[in-house]
Amino acid sequence: MAHEQHNYLNHQKGIWSWLTTLDHKRIGIMYFIAIMSFFFLGGVFALLVRAELFTPGKTLFSADVYNRMMTYHGAIMVFMVIVPGIPAIFGNFVLPIMIGAKDVAFPRLNLMSWYMLMIGAAITGSTLFLENVDTGWTFYTPYSSIKTGLGVIPMVLGVFIIGFSSILTGLNFIVTTHKLRAPGMTMNRIPLMVWALYSTAILQVLATPVLAITLLLLIAEKTLGVGIFDPQLGGDPVLFQHFFWFYSHPAVYIMILPAMGVISELVATYSRKIIFGYTAIAYSSLAIAGVSFLVWGHHMFVSGQSEFAGILFSFITMLVGVPTAIKLFNWIATMYKGSIRLDAPMLFAIGFMFLFTIGGLTGVYLASTGMDVHFHDTYFVVAHFHYVMVGGTLMALMGALIYWFPKVTGKIYSDLTGRISWVFIFSGFNVTFFPQFILGNMGMPRRYYDYLPTFTELNQMSTFGSWLIGTGFLVGLFGVIYALLKGKEAGNNPFGGKTLEWTIPSPPPHENFDKTPVLTGGPYEYR
Amino acid sequence: MNWFSFITATSFMPVPATKESGDVDNLYIFLLVSGLISFIILIGGMVIFIFKYRRKTEDQKSAYITHNTLAEFLWSFIPFVIMMIIFAWGWSVFHDLRRVGEKGDVEVHVTARQWAWTFKYANDIEINSPTDKKLVENDPDSTLLKPEIVVVPVGKTIRFILTSDDVLHSFYVPAFRNKMDAVPGRRTTFTFTPIEKGDFTVFCTEYCGTKHSNMMATIRVVDGEQFAAWQAEKIAANAGANNKGPAERGEALFKGSLGCSGCHSIDGSRIVGPSFKGLYGNKRDFADGSSVVADDAYIKQSILVPTAKIVAGFPPAMSSFQGRIKEEEIKDIIEFIKTLK
Ligand code: HEM
Ligand SMILES: [Cu+2]
Repeated sequence: MAHEQHNYLNHQKGIWSWLTTLDHKRIGIMYFIAIMSFFFLGGVFALLVRAELFTPGKTLFSADVYNRMMTYHGAIMVFMVIVPGIPAIFGNFVLPIMIGAKDVAFPRLNLMSWYMLMIGAAITGSTLFLENVDTGWTFYTPYSSIKTGLGVIPMVLGVFIIGFSSILTGLNFIVTTHKLRAPGMTMNRIPLMVWALYSTAILQVLATPVLAITLLLLIAEKTLGVGIFDPQLGGDPVLFQHFFWFYSHPAVYIMILPAMGVISELVATYSRKIIFGYTAIAYSSLAIAGVSFLVWGHHMFVSGQSEFAGILFSFITMLVGVPTAIKLFNWIATMYKGSIRLDAPMLFAIGFMFLFTIGGLTGVYLASTGMDVHFHDTYFVVAHFHYVMVGGTLMALMGALIYWFPKVTGKIYSDLTGRISWVFIFSGFNVTFFPQFILGNMGMPRRYYDYLPTFTELNQMSTFGSWLIGTGFLVGLFGVIYALLKGKEAGNNPFGGKTLEWTIPSPPPHENFDKTPVLTGGPYEYR
Repeated sequence: MNWFSFITATSFMPVPATKESGDVDNLYIFLLVSGLISFIILIGGMVIFIFKYRRKTEDQKSAYITHNTLAEFLWSFIPFVIMMIIFAWGWSVFHDLRRVGEKGDVEVHVTARQWAWTFKYANDIEINSPTDKKLVENDPDSTLLKPEIVVVPVGKTIRFILTSDDVLHSFYVPAFRNKMDAVPGRRTTFTFTPIEKGDFTVFCTEYCGTKHSNMMATIRVVDGEQFAAWQAEKIAANAGANNKGPAERGEALFKGSLGCSGCHSIDGSRIVGPSFKGLYGNKRDFADGSSVVADDAYIKQSILVPTAKIVAGFPPAMSSFQGRIKEEEIKDIIEFIKTLK
């Protein structure tokens, strides 16, 4: 290389310059490193949980150890990986560039969000060494408040702080999207990724405080003996579930909407075609965000809530299914008469649609009260939400990683490595989670350490699949290292993208644009 | 595994054993078939497009189609209609499963507790499940305990009235396609009309701590005469139990309605709490460094105020039996513990 170009990576040097950076791109990379470490930890717990279930009875650990691993797996994956995942990593990196801005609206707040995630994660993680928690990631009372150790307190305190990180990121993205768009970039010209992040941000800001309050109440009950959830103190245990799901149902959309944004970008770029039904996709995100506040009770059909409440929640839940279906139809219609290339990111997008369709359709089963009574809290639910969240979000995350890798680093991610990783992850997911639908049918409850011998074969299949997934992610990680060391130079626009980030150099300069761009059309004008 | 039954959508679900469960299965078949069709349309369409519109040359152009109002209306409206059908169908099935307020021909009070179920019939028959015997005998690693059998008559409406002594549990019978949470401080009901004779497994589906997966029972559906005979036999056995000595009564409480055996072994092995083998008259060391010789007063205190003295090496996991146990029962238990040398 003759002459090194000036960019955000070499703008300043040294660890300290990273830890104090206000550049949204560097913060995105710091999120990437942090969240991938959490992902690794959560993944190890997942493999251990599945290993224990390889045979009925005790395989490796005692029931107590199993319950703890199951709890950490869930809590880490949900609160530290999938919820912050795409918005914090890729949202941070691409959102300002996609709307033609120099940075997010509040760069200092952005850095602070990262530190809050780290502090929260450290507090939650410290319980691994102090006093393990075995409540499951949902922390249902009264088990969490009276029947298990004090480790629950630092655990939920950490989650509480992580929640604030999420709220601050959301706030930042909302203001950024409203205030910092380049001239000519009307709301109807922002890329769909930005729409998705924007809808997510609304959910983060409005729903997360409820979780925060709930966790504080739980801590108050546990330390001060205030009777809120514990019936022995005059509280109501079901109240906790209402509070918890009032956050956590919208949260499942916090997890999936950004993934949908990624898929919109990938499908347009790799079909080299204008997105079909831009407005429908954009506004269905908002519709999902809105309606998702009104459906929490579908997690509680058998909790003892009234029959009427169950029916009402079932009805509203069905309504969420419609905008979800609209998105799938739009992506597929975008491929119609396109010019499709099956590069690794597009494979991940297709994998997303495949897994997400199965996950979404099985969601309809669960939304139907009469059916959910059988499936609730069985492996059917485990399969459903892994298909939508993990299949959906992680597929999108891998696609996004390979797609934006050249922009972030200036190096091309090896397409072959990406494809090999895809084969393992995609087949692994199906081998792992499809049998769990059948286990749910047969009636195997979730969070089971031990099970009847009749469930053995399907559990073994599932455990075998988890090894395939694990291998797939290791291949993906190898790809990152290989590309950083040996990757080809990327150039500004290796995949023919149309959104603004492809108009600037890779890696981008410190303040993204030398000259503020002026927009004259929509984001996907392939003609 | 029966792949044919899978394809014909009779599914892997256990044989439907109640009047309501057949309706659930019909709904399931509708969901499975409509879901499969939707899946084929969506994913089939996607796969066809992938191959048909594959980029063959680098400068290949794509069509410029921004939207199509009719198509978009149809693919929003049709799913909406299907989902409304599924909603309404689910509602009607749900209504049959719930039957809130309806009295049963047989009513049983079911109390859930970490990690056991107690079934109490109107005439004081009491069943505690699981037992302390292993379910899978030849597997030393199996932790499952043999479920006790709860008998109900076929063709009658049975109502279980559920509650919980400690945390949330959930009463689930896959063959009945029904489940209901047992909530401390509340009463919920689980109503069903069995149409099939046989033994059906009960699971706990709300995570409730260490031995959550152990919390099983068996419901045996028999015909009316057999049910009456079973009841008569149980009543006779109850009368006999009153003539037993204190240690025997204590043993029954220990293994039965109080469920101590869920956490304490009598053979020296460690479960959740310390074993009672050789407890009486021997020294106990506590987490705070103190120790006492286990006598009547110590055992009584441990039952009523378990957190007063925590045995070294064990979590403070036991909850108080205050209000759930009578003075004579404590005496019987102590007599029983004395026999465990
Ligand atoms: C958009 C993507 C979706 C995500 C990310 C998602 C995520 C989840 C998660 C995480 C759970 C389990 C929570 C737990 O108990 O741990 C769940 C359960 C459930 N989902 Fe979804 N879901 C999605 C789509 C849908 C759709 C489209 C429907 C219905 C139309 C649906 C209906 C349900 C219902 C009713 C439950 C509760 C089931 C039960 O606990 O019995 N979901 N979902
Ligand atoms: Cu239980």
